[in-house]
Amino acid sequence: MFLVFLEIRDGKIKKSSLEALSEAKRRADEMSMDVAAAIAGHNIEALAGEAFCYGASKVFVLENTLLSHYSPSGFAFALKSLIDEVNPTVILFSATAMGKDLAPRLAASLGVSLATDCIKMTANGGKLEVVRPIYAGKAFATFSFKSSPQMVSLRPNVFPLIDPLDTQGETVKKDVVLAEDNVRDQVVELLKAEGVALDVTEAEIVVSGGRGMKGPENFDLLRDLTSILPHSAVGASRSAVDAGWIDHQHQVGQTGKTVSPNIYLAFGVSGAIQHLAGMSSSKVIVAVNKDPEAPIFRVADFGVIGDLFQVIPPLKEELKKLLAE
Amino acid sequence: MNIFVFVKKVPDTESKIRIDHEAKCIIEEGLSFVINPYDEIAIEEALRLKEAGEATVTAFSLGSDESIPILKKALAMGADEAVLLKEDLAESYDGLRTARIFVQALKTKYSDYNLLLFGKQSVGADNSQVPSMVAELLGLPQVNVVTKLEIDGNTGSAYREIEGAVEKVSFSLPAIISAQKGLNEPRYETLKGIMAAKRKDIPVVEVQELGFDGDELTSQLELIKMESPPPREAGKVIEEDPDVAAKKIVEYLREEAKAL
Repeated sequence: MFLVFLEIRDGKIKKSSLEALSEAKRRADEMSMDVAAAIAGHNIEALAGEAFCYGASKVFVLENTLLSHYSPSGFAFALKSLIDEVNPTVILFSATAMGKDLAPRLAASLGVSLATDCIKMTANGGKLEVVRPIYAGKAFATFSFKSSPQMVSLRPNVFPLIDPLDTQGETVKKDVVLAEDNVRDQVVELLKAEGVALDVTEAEIVVSGGRGMKGPENFDLLRDLTSILPHSAVGASRSAVDAGWIDHQHQVGQTGKTVSPNIYLAFGVSGAIQHLAGMSSSKVIVAVNKDPEAPIFRVADFGVIGDLFQVIPPLKEELKKLLAE
Repeated sequence: MNIFVFVKKVPDTESKIRIDHEAKCIIEEGLSFVINPYDEIAIEEALRLKEAGEATVTAFSLGSDESIPILKKALAMGADEAVLLKEDLAESYDGLRTARIFVQALKTKYSDYNLLLFGKQSVGADNSQVPSMVAELLGLPQVNVVTKLEIDGNTGSAYREIEGAVEKVSFSLPAIISAQKGLNEPRYETLKGIMAAKRKDIPVVEVQELGFDGDELTSQLELIKMESPPPREAGKVIEEDPDVAAKKIVEYLREEAKAL
């Protein structure tokens, strides 16, 4: 059995969790295995339906009021008790902030190794092979597992969703026995980051600015573009972040975030090697830069040599026109 | 308060990574190595806690003698002690193995601590595993990817970055914290610090002598191959009037890339 942990945020299953579930369905079909999903929280049973649409034939609902707010220790404890009982062959997470926090804690409690943030998963006989970028994508390593269950987290925005199925499955409610002492690091407050609607790792379009943006106020030009582009977010190079022009959570690159959006628009980004590492897996890269020698042009699918301050205003109008169609 | 900080030697982020396909590893020759940038932030945080109250800061690193410069750097920044957990093996990329070594060293030799600080990941293995694994194996609370940390006596609060929001987490000590960029701005070491670090002895603990059973140190991940990412072809580059360039970008995205 494949067991996929589904993350709930704002009362919904996260899209990247459904991506992991979709990938589980594809691989499990090849390996003639079942797919089950697990959700954890309080009064969340109604969410199981969506999991059936994306390939789960069974959904385990881990229920306890102590699970209504996330804690890595509490969630790992609850999941371990389920796993000890149902004994899955593969355990999948999405490599979100929660997935990266929780999966290793669970792996250690099970005494198994974990492959983080994988971008490819193939079935080789009864075993999985996974590819994970290392050195921020400057190298790709392929691993298989000697420990069981095989535990993997998948990079968001890489694995396509399956077409929703019109099926129902079995919901299995588990009242988790959990003492206060099992919950040692609970979230007590959720603070929305100011002005951030969508994280760069989750955006389908990333509009990024580098040193060529010249100052913090000019990032409004990029915010303008994201306000008209669907599912988009503002990114930045390390030099823009280090100059204090924009918060580090927007940083793309080796000491920032690795992104793989459908479209990466780079304005005034020179393309330092550590930046390229973080965005080279984008599906389409468009770059605007004054310097014809900028390394970003070596990875861009479409490059414009020019002044970003002159290109952005007409570009915004063109995009508006197109999106209005 | 006893603060332990775990640091790792990594290739400078500006380095180009070359691969030895036969040996399935990166070619270290010609690379310059630095302290993992997130670990540097963890050291800085430890030093700030020390300066705000009373604390001893000890840096630990797992690796060969080549990790000594990283520990010297931690000392030069202001750490009180440094310990090398010595092992001459290539990177395993298996976070559980590393976590087990740290935990064994903590349990058998260095059991007096209040706070264990890490970087949120190494820029290399990119695992984001070891802090959470150490927390689980020691039964401690964990907060990863922390951008703000407050310690008050035996309890603390940490603010952790998630997608588009920040979670505030409360915990009691001892606890595991991993540092994210934004937590602080690491200081430069002073000349005085560098001189003092030079003279400072770094005790060496052999990993083999930590009392592991036979296969506990065998990596549970089988590295099948290592390769360079598929190269990206450079595409079309144009130099036109801004209005024309803007039109052509949109045309490209819609007609050729079919991305809009």
